[in-house]
Amino acid sequence: MSDLTTSAPAAAPKPRNQWLDVWAQFRTHKGAVLGLGFLAFITLFAALGPTLWGVDPGDLDIRNKDVRPIYHMLFDSDAKVSWAHPMGTDNLGRDIMANIMQGGRISLAVGWTAMILAVFIGTLVGVLAGYFRKADGLLMRFTDLVLALPLLPLLLVMMLLFRDPLRAAFGPENGIFILIVVGIGITSWMQTARIVRGDIMALKEREFVLAARSIGTPSRRIITRHLLPNVLSPIMVSATLGLATAIITESALSFLGLGFPSDFPTWGKILFDSVDRMTAFPERVIWPGLAISLTVLAVNYIGDGLRDALDPKIRGL
Amino acid sequence: MKLKTALMGAAAAVAFTPLAFAQEHDGVRGSSGHLNIIYWQAPSILNPFLSGGTKDVEASSIILEPLARYDNTGALVPYLAEDIPTVANGGVSEDLTTITWTLKEGLLWSDGTPVTAADAVFTAEYCMHPEGGCAQLSKYNGVENVEAVDDRTIRITFATPQPNPYGPMVGGQSPILQAAQFADCLGARAPECTDANFGPIGTGPFVVTDFRTNDVIQLEANPNYRDASKPAFATVTFKGGGDATAAGRAVLETGEFDYAWNLQLAPDVIQSMAAAGMGTPVSAFGTLVERIEMNLTNPSPDLPPETRSTAAEPHPFLSDENVRRALSMAIDRELLVEVGYGQAGRATCNLVPGPEIYASLDNTGCLVQDIDGANALLNEAGWIDSNGNGIRDKDGVELNILFQTSTNAVRQDFQALIKDMWDQIGVETELRNIDSSVFFGGDPGSPDTFEKFYADVEMYANNFDGTDPQAYLAGYTCEKAPRPETQWQGENINRFCDPAYDALVAELQQTADIDERGRIARQLNDMLTKDSMVIVPLVDRGRVSAHANSLGGVVLNTWDSELWNVADWFRIAE
Repeated sequence: MSDLTTSAPAAAPKPRNQWLDVWAQFRTHKGAVLGLGFLAFITLFAALGPTLWGVDPGDLDIRNKDVRPIYHMLFDSDAKVSWAHPMGTDNLGRDIMANIMQGGRISLAVGWTAMILAVFIGTLVGVLAGYFRKADGLLMRFTDLVLALPLLPLLLVMMLLFRDPLRAAFGPENGIFILIVVGIGITSWMQTARIVRGDIMALKEREFVLAARSIGTPSRRIITRHLLPNVLSPIMVSATLGLATAIITESALSFLGLGFPSDFPTWGKILFDSVDRMTAFPERVIWPGLAISLTVLAVNYIGDGLRDALDPKIRGL
Repeated sequence: MKLKTALMGAAAAVAFTPLAFAQEHDGVRGSSGHLNIIYWQAPSILNPFLSGGTKDVEASSIILEPLARYDNTGALVPYLAEDIPTVANGGVSEDLTTITWTLKEGLLWSDGTPVTAADAVFTAEYCMHPEGGCAQLSKYNGVENVEAVDDRTIRITFATPQPNPYGPMVGGQSPILQAAQFADCLGARAPECTDANFGPIGTGPFVVTDFRTNDVIQLEANPNYRDASKPAFATVTFKGGGDATAAGRAVLETGEFDYAWNLQLAPDVIQSMAAAGMGTPVSAFGTLVERIEMNLTNPSPDLPPETRSTAAEPHPFLSDENVRRALSMAIDRELLVEVGYGQAGRATCNLVPGPEIYASLDNTGCLVQDIDGANALLNEAGWIDSNGNGIRDKDGVELNILFQTSTNAVRQDFQALIKDMWDQIGVETELRNIDSSVFFGGDPGSPDTFEKFYADVEMYANNFDGTDPQAYLAGYTCEKAPRPETQWQGENINRFCDPAYDALVAELQQTADIDERGRIARQLNDMLTKDSMVIVPLVDRGRVSAHANSLGGVVLNTWDSELWNVADWFRIAE
């Protein structure tokens, strides 16, 4: 990608950095800026929060169970609240704020890693299938095959085959992390591959690609210099959708007992654990639910803003 | 505090109901007016031989009666029979192959005709008909012949000696039908007799006046009931359907109904309903025990599948009894009950918590948590933290436990609590929860079944059917251990093996005297629990039902139908 940034002609009166243009365009999209702000906030909250808020999320304090969030004081002066637990505690007395921080770490890490893996595989397959006619049939039939695989039975089989070796090699938490990330990653790259392939097939017939080829540019260069930048926007969009799906899939897996151990909080698991007592303690559902939906919304807005910013036609070049 | 008050109030209410009954029932049939009962599962038939569903069995128990029922302690009480036949009174033969019942004198069906031994013979013929799919056929296991000696005497002959001959025509699941009404309903024609199945003629306190399938049953007092002063209620509406929450509200909060069956709700939910003051939740305990099972064999994934988790490889640390005992001592069972089951549970140290005759009542040592004692025990046994990582070890073996159970909110709460307790005695626990359908699925190909036990300890609940624990206790003999040769099937999932235990089980299978059976069963129970700590019982899980404050005489019974004594129910005067 560094070629792009240095491609401005040296003789031009005002050397303009292309990424500054992208940033300028991105800033005009209010939702995207807000989304970026929120994502930065939630990432810092999850990453730095536990060092500032030194409460162990797994600590049981059964005498202080069912503490309500501190804001309950406002409308119910008899509510059981405590400054030691500003967001309250659950039915076993675990601090909810510490759990949401720790859960955010896991959920975001799973989301990002699985998404990056899916986008990488999807783009690779899509570009190869779209550009090399010989590989097309084989790769796209393979995509269809994977598309037909149901995620849950596949993960069940993966659990069966790889859980013990991974647990022995990386420990229970990291082993499951790798398993889940790989499981989600390798079952959600197909849409990206199809979209990228379609765009690449249309692009490679365009004049600028023909021109590049006629001066002897090798395929590798054509792909990285001319094709990839032009398919960046669909990739970005599918990446944002992928992040959202990955976070939600991980929640569902944890609920089915296929995910992390039960004492290992993730946003989805906190949410599912709280559903039983939703009417009595709505805050236990609202906070993790809000964290999931706002993160997903923020990422979608960022994707939207990025697509506009990266599109030269909209940027007015 | 609120919880404690509510629990004590409920306990007091249970304790005082028989007293209230003695004081206030005026003894005139029909004087209490109308009774409303709600079952959140609606009865679809009133013939228990054609349906195994609890709702159908219990609804029909108001109308049909057996020779004897189990009371709330699990002891037999004669209903249509004059007394309970035993070897001592000559009712059961010395070789345990025949049992002879005598009917009470002057019994009448609700249509006014006399009850005779021929009705009992017909009932046996009805259920054991080769073409009929009798749902209660297991009650007639081993029956060779049922004959009427005279009008009031029934003799049942078994093919093999039966230490427990009280199967046929005993308990709510196996009542006596009227021969005249069901005469044309034998075998394949049984389901076609709609009128008889929807309105059986019985000997019970009430008679059906209107039956709407899966909805409502209207009943009135049986004019020919054997006790002229009962039932106290003139009419009954038996409503079915809805869900446990709605049924609980109808009795506890709004007072529309007088009795609600089996409220499977979270303890805090029942409490918030009971706070309305219209009714009282009552609980009773059966044999369902939530327990931790210790694996006596090594589940390490490094072992080949032929020997992993089999008797060939003893467990590296759980084969040490001191470790098992310390793990049990560290658990605060009262806390688990409070968090998970409330009124519907009580802490227990017994694998067989009831009936009373089989329960080892002096086995209460585990009820008090003893962290210091557990630590001392481990220190003494040489399990100390020699490498300073916070986990006890000995000869290079660390106390690292993999703890598995099925996916269920209460079980995951228990896991978190127990992990915390074990943490305090220097034992590291890794938790794993497995989808119930896989965990209890029994698939020999899956590594995650509870029988295969590829973990160090696991938690689940189990019970036994009926009141006799013989088959249940016989599940822990050596040859019942799941292993590759048995396709990983078998009840002895701990792989417990003690020749003394096997010998005692064999003795139990040949003993007929009820007190002697009780003694042996208690000894077997103690061998598995307090003597060896192979099984660590946690909570005896009971059943919660609710009755209106104005309804007296309710004695919740888990060994028979909940409506077993509906004839004694009455309205408490305002």
